[in-house]
Amino acid sequence: MSNRSEIVRLTVNGDLKEVGVPTHYTLLETLRYVVGLTGSKQGCDKGDCGACTVIMDGRPTLSCITPVWEAVGSDVVTVEGLAGPDGPHPLQDEFDLNGAAQCGFCTPGILCSAAALLERNPAATRGEIQEALSGNLCRCTGYAKIYDAVEAAGARLATRAGDER
Amino acid sequence: MKQAKDHQHTSGLDACEALSDQHKDTRKSKSEQRLIGTAMRKVEGLDKSTGRAVYTDDVVLPGMLHGKILRSPHAHARIASIDTSRAEALEGVHGVVTGRDMPTTYGIIPWTPDEYPLCVDRVRYIGDGVAAVAAVDEDTAIRALSLIEVEYEPLHAFLDPHEALEADGSTPYIHDPRKDGRNGNVTKVVHLEFGDVDDAMDASDTVVEGDYFFEGTTHTPIEPHCAIGHWDGVGRLTVWSATQVPHYLHRELARVLEIDQASVRVLQPLVGGAFGGKSEPFDLEFCVAKLAMITGRPVKILYTREEVFYAHRGRHPFHMTYRTGATADGKLTSVDARILLDGGAYASFGLVTTYYSGQLLCAPYEMPAYRFDSTRVYTNKPACGPKRGHGSVQPRFAFEVQMDKLAERVGLDPIEFRRRNFIGENTRTVNELRVTSNGFLDCLEAVESASGWKEKFRRLPLGRGVGVAGSTYISGTNYPIYPNEMPQSAVQMQIDRSGRVAVFSGASEIGQGCDSVVAYIAAEELGVPVEWVRVMRGDTDFTPVDLGAYSSRVTFMLGNAAIDAATKLRKLVQRAVADRWDVQPGEVLLAGGFALWAPDTSRQMPIAEAFNLAEAEFGTLGATGWYDTPKDVHGEYRGGTIGASPAYSFTAHVAEVDVDVETGIVGVRKIWVAHDCGRALNPVLVAGQMEGSAYMGFGEAIMEEQVFKDADHGRAGLHNAPSLLDYRIPTTLDTPEIESLIVESIDPEGPYGAKEAGEGPLHPSIPAIANAIYDAIGVRMDRLPFTPPNVWRAIERSRLDGVLGKPQAPAGGDTVQVDDRAAETVPGD
Repeated sequence: MSNRSEIVRLTVNGDLKEVGVPTHYTLLETLRYVVGLTGSKQGCDKGDCGACTVIMDGRPTLSCITPVWEAVGSDVVTVEGLAGPDGPHPLQDEFDLNGAAQCGFCTPGILCSAAALLERNPAATRGEIQEALSGNLCRCTGYAKIYDAVEAAGARLATRAGDER
Repeated sequence: MKQAKDHQHTSGLDACEALSDQHKDTRKSKSEQRLIGTAMRKVEGLDKSTGRAVYTDDVVLPGMLHGKILRSPHAHARIASIDTSRAEALEGVHGVVTGRDMPTTYGIIPWTPDEYPLCVDRVRYIGDGVAAVAAVDEDTAIRALSLIEVEYEPLHAFLDPHEALEADGSTPYIHDPRKDGRNGNVTKVVHLEFGDVDDAMDASDTVVEGDYFFEGTTHTPIEPHCAIGHWDGVGRLTVWSATQVPHYLHRELARVLEIDQASVRVLQPLVGGAFGGKSEPFDLEFCVAKLAMITGRPVKILYTREEVFYAHRGRHPFHMTYRTGATADGKLTSVDARILLDGGAYASFGLVTTYYSGQLLCAPYEMPAYRFDSTRVYTNKPACGPKRGHGSVQPRFAFEVQMDKLAERVGLDPIEFRRRNFIGENTRTVNELRVTSNGFLDCLEAVESASGWKEKFRRLPLGRGVGVAGSTYISGTNYPIYPNEMPQSAVQMQIDRSGRVAVFSGASEIGQGCDSVVAYIAAEELGVPVEWVRVMRGDTDFTPVDLGAYSSRVTFMLGNAAIDAATKLRKLVQRAVADRWDVQPGEVLLAGGFALWAPDTSRQMPIAEAFNLAEAEFGTLGATGWYDTPKDVHGEYRGGTIGASPAYSFTAHVAEVDVDVETGIVGVRKIWVAHDCGRALNPVLVAGQMEGSAYMGFGEAIMEEQVFKDADHGRAGLHNAPSLLDYRIPTTLDTPEIESLIVESIDPEGPYGAKEAGEGPLHPSIPAIANAIYDAIGVRMDRLPFTPPNVWRAIERSRLDGVLGKPQAPAGGDTVQVDDRAAETVPGD
């Protein structure tokens, strides 16, 4: 039995995508099952855990409770869109260097929350980082190495911004 | 993370020299190691941070169907009938299975197979699976479930373990008794006594007795369980699964589905957290396999978060009574424990849990006499099983609070009291377990110093306090789950002409870093950069057997297996290079991408050239390596093998807390964790395990509880909060600062001296916080969790008893002096 589907146009990681999706699909279902970007994770499907977090128009957004039609016309960035042609985003590199990803399942969501934070404020304090990541549950790390990684990435981004100026 | 360098055992290197025959020549001395002990990236680290890492639900196969499982709404009921015809007739449904399609019991412990993949004639908890469907998409599968008609005859549900224990058979037991006249609600009874407990207790100068309750908690990995079945139509079954135990899953799939083991392949993509919650087969793995066999199409089932709570296998609720005796000068004399384990609907690992509830308590303190009497009963709730620190976190909580009470009774600082009872290294516990390396004293010293203990204990203002606790844990269980004499862990390693090393490892990467550990070891031994090592993993078709990621066994066992394989290859390369240079093989070093002549390292060649020389001399280069445990490390009594391990880790925590006596809110300011991991192969990963463990223990102490409704509060046996909103786990805003202090005792049998780090560091979190609450306000917390209502009730009891207030400091000795503030009482008291 098929569901009623519609064509939606989404901008994901800079690419304009035109895809047919069941009308009740969430942005997460669309990304994972239709667009084929499986980096964003489903941990609870209720907006509780944050593993599905993507960046929508610069804001961290829980894609598992965002109906896909709400993303139409928005600029969506997933974990796959953080890296550039020069290599991984400083956050991605620092997560690896600092051992901030253990099982790695919460990591894509945390990276998106952290990237949105550092975009606004590369010099975020530990308290601001904790606040920004408070909607992302990590069950492995106790968060300590995540803070280290975000702070280190923030420092790199600030240096880079300084260099560009 | 700070490394407690001052706390390394100087005897460690000596111990390394005195290696057993199996390991002779397999190690470089510590000073020769270049990679081991340094901070390194994980082999899959960038995959995880870029979204490339593949987990089971990321796998999509052509033509794949989606499955769903229908679950029981009754805690205990007979299944009178199941009618699946309307579901089968629904467009888009390709297959429906019920318990009768797989009528073979299974269980992770071979002696207690008491589960069916789907219930056949009885359901035993709300959430028990009764039927499964495969359909073109998830929505259709959900719709199909609603069309399955199941007729139940409800039975009396046992929710209270005490009631289950006292049952007389007048209403049906949860399982049929194994012998007539027995109580079918009892999974296992263990009674063991070492020394004469009663005599020793009578002779004690002081005895402390206490009742404790440890509430159930669950793992909540962020990745829900997921599995995919594929049937090739002519006899070969492939199952992808988020499992910690691909080998045991492989065996059980073959047995239950009646397929030859040689025709079953288990693939294990990366696992998104497990913590013991994925360490046995689950209904979804059998269902995707059977549905794939029926439909001829691949079938995927992904648990909802709610189903993860029903699958459970988490921490058992323990009802515990401890009597602990000591001499007036602070030496333990006797320990007597009675424990009732609330097991839930199935045995799971329960037989082992029942033993572990007593067997793992006998270090790091010397106990002259010890007895435990543990009974596990079934109840009509999701089955409990192993969660990080399996079966030993609960008794450790009770016992370390007992230790705190005893220290106070005999007038000693609790750290000094623990020191005084230290069991030592190279010794045997009272229950005859062999202890080798033991860095517990260094752990105590590390947390004492880092936390500023001496300035804080009994000296902080009312409402703030510090507490200490210690613990031990196994580095792997000495025997496999099914009896056999084959290796516990193995790897296959090959080197090629490019300088690359391929490692085939059957170990289960669940985030702890075992794929990286084999890569580090291969790189260390063969002299190549870590980036040149490829770890081939997660496929029972081409990797040798490793038993799984449980009991903190992986680094110790897999590490030794990897050293074994790499050493065999290294020796061939050294010989080939030595032949070319006309020197002794022992003079050839392999390091940093080169073969070097030790007496003059300017004489060198690229490692690929060395590998080519070896291949020319000896043929294609591959080796297997394996590890099996020593067999003389335990007593020869029934159950004596359970708790036996080739090595034990040791941990000490200090926690500092704030307690609000008006609201019962406990804020943990900081936890200091010192852990003797033997040797930190990669200190970043070890510290990560310590921090994650302390975090998880903190969560259990302060907020987590897996509880169920009773008949007065809804449907009896219904999970109270099967979501990540209502079952609270700590967020960034809840989690205290955690400082990890690595202690290295260099175990004589561990790989480069390493022991476990993944589970041990959890244990002391909970009693350290309980003891800190006491130091803060003089209130004992003998019941978990320390949520505001529970703490508030305890405060009110203490207020009525007139004991609320800062406790007295121990007098004399090298302990702190009584502080004026100690006499302070609570306003309005």
